[in-house]
Amino acid sequence: MSVLVYTENWDGKFKKSSFELVSYAHSIAEQNGGDTIAVTIGNVAQDELEKLAFYGASKTVTIGGDTYKNLDSAAYANAITMVAEAQACKIVVMGNNNTGKGIAPRIAVKLQAALVSGATALPQSYDPLTIRKNVFNGKAIGYQQVKSDKAVITLAQNSYKIIDAAQAFQTEAFDAAGVETNTQVQSVDKVSDKLLLTDAEVVVSGGRGMKSGDNWAPLEELANVLGAATACSRPVSDEGWRGHEEHVGQTGKIIAPDLYFALGISGAIQHIAGVSSSKVIVAVNTDVEAPVFETADYGIVGDLKVVLPKMVEEAKKFKANN
Amino acid sequence: MKILVCISNLPDTTTKIKLNSDSKSVDLSGVQWVINPWDELALTRAMELKEKSGGKIEKITVITVGDKIAEPTLRKALAVGADNAVRIDAIASDDYYVAAQIAEYVKKESFDLVMAGIESSDYNGSAVGGMLAEFLEFPSISSVSSVELEGDNFVMKRAIDGGTETVTTSLPAVAIVQKGIAIDPRIPAMRGIMMARKKPLTVEAPADIQAVSEFVNFEMPQPKPPVKMVDAENVGELFRLLHEEAKVL
Repeated sequence: MSVLVYTENWDGKFKKSSFELVSYAHSIAEQNGGDTIAVTIGNVAQDELEKLAFYGASKTVTIGGDTYKNLDSAAYANAITMVAEAQACKIVVMGNNNTGKGIAPRIAVKLQAALVSGATALPQSYDPLTIRKNVFNGKAIGYQQVKSDKAVITLAQNSYKIIDAAQAFQTEAFDAAGVETNTQVQSVDKVSDKLLLTDAEVVVSGGRGMKSGDNWAPLEELANVLGAATACSRPVSDEGWRGHEEHVGQTGKIIAPDLYFALGISGAIQHIAGVSSSKVIVAVNTDVEAPVFETADYGIVGDLKVVLPKMVEEAKKFKANN
Repeated sequence: MKILVCISNLPDTTTKIKLNSDSKSVDLSGVQWVINPWDELALTRAMELKEKSGGKIEKITVITVGDKIAEPTLRKALAVGADNAVRIDAIASDDYYVAAQIAEYVKKESFDLVMAGIESSDYNGSAVGGMLAEFLEFPSISSVSSVELEGDNFVMKRAIDGGTETVTTSLPAVAIVQKGIAIDPRIPAMRGIMMARKKPLTVEAPADIQAVSEFVNFEMPQPKPPVKMVDAENVGELFRLLHEEAKVL
């Protein structure tokens, strides 16, 4: 049983998450004696495509052309479905990000397949196909059993490791021209040089305990020293202390970095839902009873006015020595 | 113009989740049922659009797939301001089933815009809006954080990595909405609650459709080991632990 993995590219480049997806797809293909076929849309240089082979793609199908310049969910779903059918793949894997959420459900309907969104592990079994995922915003784990012949899986962020599994590099151009598109992009508003919150391995996040939007300089400095992205809790973005794009939590961004600093965040259940998949959580709060300490791995009870500058200082020392 | 808002009826997001003794299902006895938070924001935005449209948007319909338990939630949506509500009388087996059922209804009625929340807070599916669009062969815009009516079309902003895009599409279309679409969910006022009692809530028989997946087992997350406290006077120790013990720095 071969597996198709959709590897999104960003201006012709793949990310760590792309390789995680290929590794995940390759593990499934291997367990079923099939091939791992990657598909990407847009112009990607050969040496970049070759990286997919390194993690297990025995073939990479490329779809180019102006039709796909902008994300049109229907057109993308159509093209990927055509590739899945042409390559006889019964499982289609992609990321559970903005693009994946937009196109995976459409591909599932086209293939008359079940969609497992936000899978957190390799299938528990293949006959029947049963896959683990978080439910109730991470408050429980569910095993979703697929009854259809085919399946579409979106993989939750940071849920799988990258595994070297070099294959001979082979590409194939797929002609998916003549597809009608309906989505017109009028303008794009993009901050290009900022580290993306959803890509960051370390995130420094502030809550109401920061007291004011004017107090963010040391938090930003800590993030800078650690090469981290900055985030905030919902009250902070609602107050306008920080932009909404920084809000992490149930209704904001869901993130899963290696290290998450919750500074002055009480740890409401809605906030924890957005960060609970982080590998390690550090909490700093004045209140030893704050619920955030139930989720945190390391905690400091103290006033951020005093503790945060010390953290900046110690982070600098640490970086100088490591 | 007419807008359809898809509503998922689910346990309040602060509910403590318990499993039934066989772990094959979640114990939902005694839970407080609410409108899925994203759907509630979608409905709020639909109401705002209607009110600002000068009569151009004449009707907001809400729809859910569920048994009678879902009716108070639909009444609440009517109290918020929807003009009519539809309940497809079936258990919401999986996303595919729900989307296919709603699609059957949309084929009978016509809507210019269908709005759905990006994810439901129970099984965290992120699926119904996109599947519905595919069943109907409508364009869909996902991760939508803003919808405005301009002339006879809707202009939307959608989240992309590191920014937003302003997009339009042909109608009818499906908008799959997320944070930003409305600031706060609208709370029904007494007048709205009174009026909601008289608004139509129709019950439709389900179409003959098979679900393609089911949840067969559940487990609770592993309890975390207790937090390790570090003295505020000794912040250096924190970085040592993160480096040597947790190995994340």
